Amino acid sequence: MNFPVLSVITFTPVVAAVLILLIHAERKNETRAVALAAAVFALILSCWVYFGYDQAAGGYQFIEQYNWLPALGISLYFGVDGMSTPLILLTGVVMFTGVLISWGDDHPHVMAGIQDRPREFFAFLFILAWGVFGVFVSLDLFMLFFFYEIAVFPMYLLIAIWGWVVTREYAAMKLTLYLFVGSVISLVGVLVMYWVQYQNTGVLSFDMLAMESAGFSKTFQDIWFLPVFLGFAVLAGIWPFHNWSPDGHVAAPTAVSMFHAGVLMKLGAFAALRVGIMLLPQGAQTWSWLIMLIAAVAVVYGAYIAFVQVDFKYMVGFSSVSHMGLVILGFSTLNRQGLLGAGLQMFSHGVMTALFFAVVGMIYDRAHTRQIPELGGMSRIMPFATVGFIIGGLVSMGMPLFSGFVAEFPIFMGVWNVQWLVAVIASISIVITAAYIMRNIRQVFFGELPEKFEGHLTDVTALDKVAIATLCLFMIVIGLFPNFMVPIVEEGVENVLRLLQGGA
Amino acid sequence: MFTSTAIASILPEILILLVGMLLLVVEPFWKEEQRRNAGWLTAGGLLLSLILSLLFGQPGEPVTTLGGMVRFDWLGFFFKLLFMFAGVATSLLLMDNKKVGDRGEAYLLLLASLIGMNLMAASADLIMLYLAIETTSIPLYVLSGFMLANEKSTEAGFKYLLFGALTSTIMLYGFSLLFGFAGTTNLYELVDLFNGGTLSPFVALGVLALILVGLGFKASVVPLHFWAPDVYEGAPTPVAGFLSTASKAAGFAVLVRLFFVIFPDPQVELARGWAIAIAIIAVITMTVGNLLALPQTNIKRLIAYSSIAHAGYALIGVVALTQLGAASVVFYLAAYIATNLLAFGIVMAFSRVTGLEDLKDYAGMSRRSPWLGLMMLSAFLSLAGMPPFAGFVAKIFVFAAGIQAGYVWLVIVGIINSIIGVYYYLNALKYVYLYRMPDQDEENHPIPMTRPYAIALAVLTLGVILIGTIFAPWFSWSDAAALNLF
Repeated sequence: MNFPVLSVITFTPVVAAVLILLIHAERKNETRAVALAAAVFALILSCWVYFGYDQAAGGYQFIEQYNWLPALGISLYFGVDGMSTPLILLTGVVMFTGVLISWGDDHPHVMAGIQDRPREFFAFLFILAWGVFGVFVSLDLFMLFFFYEIAVFPMYLLIAIWGWVVTREYAAMKLTLYLFVGSVISLVGVLVMYWVQYQNTGVLSFDMLAMESAGFSKTFQDIWFLPVFLGFAVLAGIWPFHNWSPDGHVAAPTAVSMFHAGVLMKLGAFAALRVGIMLLPQGAQTWSWLIMLIAAVAVVYGAYIAFVQVDFKYMVGFSSVSHMGLVILGFSTLNRQGLLGAGLQMFSHGVMTALFFAVVGMIYDRAHTRQIPELGGMSRIMPFATVGFIIGGLVSMGMPLFSGFVAEFPIFMGVWNVQWLVAVIASISIVITAAYIMRNIRQVFFGELPEKFEGHLTDVTALDKVAIATLCLFMIVIGLFPNFMVPIVEEGVENVLRLLQGGA
Repeated sequence: MFTSTAIASILPEILILLVGMLLLVVEPFWKEEQRRNAGWLTAGGLLLSLILSLLFGQPGEPVTTLGGMVRFDWLGFFFKLLFMFAGVATSLLLMDNKKVGDRGEAYLLLLASLIGMNLMAASADLIMLYLAIETTSIPLYVLSGFMLANEKSTEAGFKYLLFGALTSTIMLYGFSLLFGFAGTTNLYELVDLFNGGTLSPFVALGVLALILVGLGFKASVVPLHFWAPDVYEGAPTPVAGFLSTASKAAGFAVLVRLFFVIFPDPQVELARGWAIAIAIIAVITMTVGNLLALPQTNIKRLIAYSSIAHAGYALIGVVALTQLGAASVVFYLAAYIATNLLAFGIVMAFSRVTGLEDLKDYAGMSRRSPWLGLMMLSAFLSLAGMPPFAGFVAKIFVFAAGIQAGYVWLVIVGIINSIIGVYYYLNALKYVYLYRMPDQDEENHPIPMTRPYAIALAVLTLGVILIGTIFAPWFSWSDAAALNLF
């Protein structure tokens, strides 16, 4: 038997979390070292999965299956396809950079990273990562749901305890309730699907590959597609259920914002695809117009609201709503280009937004303000972070030679094929995005350095630079060599299209 | 009459009785300050009984022993194991409770009520059932009012007694009517009466409603819940924990056996009517419990109302009247017993040091004692139904059973209720993790735990996590128990 890499990668974070909890609370640096070691280990494994995925063979790979509760057909059934493989890599990258960012800088003016109870912080963060990896690798619907819920509750603690004092209680509770409501709505759908499959086939099983051919009737799919899809898509920040997301981003500490926008929102989109579109394809075809409509609204509306923000972090938060809208828009096309773009956009947006939040966090830790008009001239103090942010900005605008272009272009192409008007309307967001990104780069990083910051600010730490460089690397590599990721995602798209065309 | 099967069928009770007798003999010889050790003796004895029962008392095919009084099957057996486990935890938690834990009588009363519960879970005859219920209740009345110097405790004991006596009389009236109609007191012979018998549906449901009063009191379902918050608040905390877990589960054990036996086919009209009635009670119980839990500021009252709501969730499985329904109820109760005992244990450990029981007093608790904080996190998230803790899978199984039986609306009500639950459980955790003590010097106010607490709480936490992650063995036991009903 091969090395069970998927279960090792899934359970690495939780083992690390337990180890971290066993360290004495005062030994902060040892806590961080263990966290970093675990993150590096997970990153290496995720690279292994990514580069080990056999593109020629396609389909689900690294499959592992262990009976967990045979009486109800629940098994630990792991496997990745072209859609989830990039997301595994993304999670590894964000976990690694998130730990680096949280390491902290105890310079008296800075107080960056996590100084208060890092032990609990990293333990909760890793439990979150456990859930995230679990969702991406699970082929068993019950376990997918199990991990999905695990990824939700640590957010409450992470935001409420280490978040921005002003809004953290409100934002944490709002976020948790939104996500919980969304997930339990999906749960009803999942359980109904489980029993209908049992009626149709006589097999009690949560196996998603078996459910693909469970023979759900057209009426059944039409009824249950929307609750299942939208329930999961709440976590993807879909309009009009996006309200929790910017509040949550802003209140969360930097590493958690990175996780939240970088990985967690993909969790929602991924689950919506896996469970909603892939298991209820006919329902998806019936409702795709509605999904496309609300996704288009999200894209433009999110960009516009981001444009009018004066709080730097709120701006990035709303830009996430807009960009995740593009992912959902790609899903809603149900065609090859759209799905391909959506798959790429999930990765591209993940690294990009993680970078944005990292840089915003670095600035806030030093300047103690996020109001865009109060900032200025940061490029003189933190040139490295500036370059990083500009690269992220170019990705965000969808500039050629960066990953954003590779992802967004197919999405718009796919939408054009379905309904050109929506493509035109949605593309307005590109202009708005370019406007607010440019304006902020000019205002925050260039321009005059306000007098009160003169001599008080320090450059980012070496660890921060490593994190920025890692994130930028992926955006540039994908932009220059689309073949780094496109063929893998195409494999995943094939699989979705096969189901959409009614193949079993 | 006393064959080896008959002995095996009441082996746990015999062993518990032996522990009690040993306690009676040994305890008077101990000095005043040593009497706390009775807790070790009780816990150890119960644990040994549990292991011995597992080794020698496992049931095979269901049989009725002792002249038709006791049913020897997995349903009863699994519940007995749960009760004894709860007994072990409770006696450990009792030990450092001043004025209670240093008196041997407390442990003796606990053992007596355990025998009653075990028999409740196993009785196959109405007379036996009534005796068992009384054997359970009377020691618990005394235990609730055990702290004579404390007004609230006395009030709790008295209130519990009044409510208990009243409801059990009503139930006894129901039993007598049943006997009148059926001419037998054997549970398993009542089937004919309710399936194609001459009884009019109106009378049949009326009689069942009378019986439900007594059982509902034990399980604290609305509208028979009024005693619960006051009694939990006033009674010694470990006793409240025991009342809200083992005693409630015992009520459910009878409920499950009685209704699943008399309604073997959920499609019969009478069964459907009954299921609807129970479904309505479940809805009211969940909703009232959760809504009343929202404004609570005292942590014991908060848990009290939340435990009312949990009875409502468990009832969903009873409504289903299917095998999965029964299995999910049993599983739910197992998860719930571990979780709620943990919650009460933490409250006990905290108030032993601080003497405080309000939510706001928990501010900064996770800094004062990180481990206690984590345990409280496990307990409350499990109550809220979050993985990887026991409450999550338990809830999913119950909901799955409800949907299988076609009660999607009931499951949706349950889900709305869990959302309310999430809110107030997280709200409580906010005090523990987020808020600080008034002068922020948590380091100088640690919460030391004595050994019995450390052991009991660690075991319970592990249990909550194990049930929530490696759920196959627990579920197959619950399923075996449910299988005996069909």
